[in-house]
Amino acid sequence: MVSAVFHSPLEAAAPPERSALASIAAEATGVAAPTINMKKSANATTPSARTAWDASFLWLRVLPPLLGLGLLVLIWELVSFGTGASIPSPKDTFLQAVTLFSDPFYRHGPNDQGVGWNVLSSLQRVAVGFGLAALVGIPVGFMIGRFAFLSRMFNPLISLLRPVSPLAWLPIGLLVFKGADPAAIWTIFICSIWPMIINTAVGVQRVPQDYMNVARVLNLSEWKIVTKILFPSVLPYMLTGVRLAVSTAWLVIVAAEMLTGGVGIGFWVWDEWNNLNVKNIIIAIFVIGIVGLLLEHALIRLATAFTFEEVKS
Amino acid sequence: MTVSANPQYIDIQGVEQTFKTKKGPFCALQNVNLKVAKGEFVALIGHSGCGKSTLLNLIAGLTLPTQGVLLCANREIAGPGPERAVVFQNHSLLPWLTCFENVYLAVERVFSATESKAQLKARTDAVLAMVGLTAAAQKRPGEISGGMKQRVGIARALSMEPKVLLLDEPFGALDALTRAKLQDELLEIVAKTQATVVMVTHDVDEAVLLSDKIVMMTNGPSATIGEVLSVELARPRNRVELAESADYQQYRKAVIDFLYTRQAHVEKLTA
Repeated sequence: MVSAVFHSPLEAAAPPERSALASIAAEATGVAAPTINMKKSANATTPSARTAWDASFLWLRVLPPLLGLGLLVLIWELVSFGTGASIPSPKDTFLQAVTLFSDPFYRHGPNDQGVGWNVLSSLQRVAVGFGLAALVGIPVGFMIGRFAFLSRMFNPLISLLRPVSPLAWLPIGLLVFKGADPAAIWTIFICSIWPMIINTAVGVQRVPQDYMNVARVLNLSEWKIVTKILFPSVLPYMLTGVRLAVSTAWLVIVAAEMLTGGVGIGFWVWDEWNNLNVKNIIIAIFVIGIVGLLLEHALIRLATAFTFEEVKS
Repeated sequence: MTVSANPQYIDIQGVEQTFKTKKGPFCALQNVNLKVAKGEFVALIGHSGCGKSTLLNLIAGLTLPTQGVLLCANREIAGPGPERAVVFQNHSLLPWLTCFENVYLAVERVFSATESKAQLKARTDAVLAMVGLTAAAQKRPGEISGGMKQRVGIARALSMEPKVLLLDEPFGALDALTRAKLQDELLEIVAKTQATVVMVTHDVDEAVLLSDKIVMMTNGPSATIGEVLSVELARPRNRVELAESADYQQYRKAVIDFLYTRQAHVEKLTA
């Protein structure tokens, strides 16, 4: 992982206290580093793994992502050149980003606020809509998974409603809640509830029969079955649902905010388009990407922490 | 082992088990009659697919027979319960609980109505000590070896002080040395607790070494009990001494003869 970039070979021979600190630092940077490597290589920051720092590590782990980013910048530069700078060049965009991020939390009226406020208010909407969806979706998923009757009852509904683009629900939200903000939250709610219901239900249905046999032989109460067997074994599935839901929610919020206005990263993109400030639009795209990546990465780490070895027959 | 006055502690009468499959009904067991005395150690042996585990599940109450009756202590077996503890083939420990917690779950279920928390903990510790796992009590199943996991499974079953101990190929997944060690431990534990044991196995030596009675099953489908062999070897049994015993060899031969000559397994290509 990228964290290993920060270690020189000398550090591997450093006294234990120092390498322990270094590995904590590496863990921290490992979380924040914008990497698409989702494997559990974060665990590889043990001293023994760090001694494996050599040419092949550089070749396999460090170089490819850098080359990928380099390629993006190169294409961007070419496009910028080809369009006669109507698409701003990477350098101009970077300079603009520096000024933008030097003061992310300013407020000049309702339609001109810092990028920080925009991101935060989008995140807040996602959090509320997503939280409500989790409150409803996870218990519903449990019920559907546990009782075949409910599963048969709700499956047609879910199959019918799930493929609907979340934005199609926006007018309903506007109509019912008579406000832009609740309508956006409603849209997030409706798009993030399906992955959570489905994954939780599948998780409950896939609880290994062995565990249920144990429960039956021990004659456990329904409460014990839920807390000691169902919940822990469903947790990885549930967290997958949560992860998918958060990703979808983050995709949807941008579109929803473009339509509803107010403060938010999606609205900001639209506003900058009206101002014809393409640099800010590109910056917004990066910000959206990075925030989405951080959300995803945090949830993957959460999920691996709660995934246990399955019984192998 | 002294067999008590009740010669039909577990009483299986005319049991038939049919499963519904996509290709129509599949008859796994037919006309099974068996009596197990209190304190007796019975091994069920047969080729794979002959319904040994099906029979064990029936005694456990995990499945109910399509025909016939199963009685345990003169009461019909209507479902699973802690008085008939099962040691599963794949240990079936809950991976998110420590060994202690896995056993405690069973102890708590059976004894929490009558005993204090401290007593429950003491019980759990005692049974883990009996299988020699005191040191691993706070480890999760993922952190210990296969043999240790199976011992936790046995400890969990024993902790409930069951009237009947049901073992479904408990040592099948272990290497030969670990298996021998656990067999010896099981012999000691059974001698100590005087439990009634029904064990599914496909290991001839294991069957002869451990049991009082070997129930040999015919090949499925519609499997039934082909022959019952009483093993009258004195206890405690020692595997090293028995290896040279003529009686032991004779029992062993009888089982092998049944399995490989009379019930030679025919692999069906159409599964």
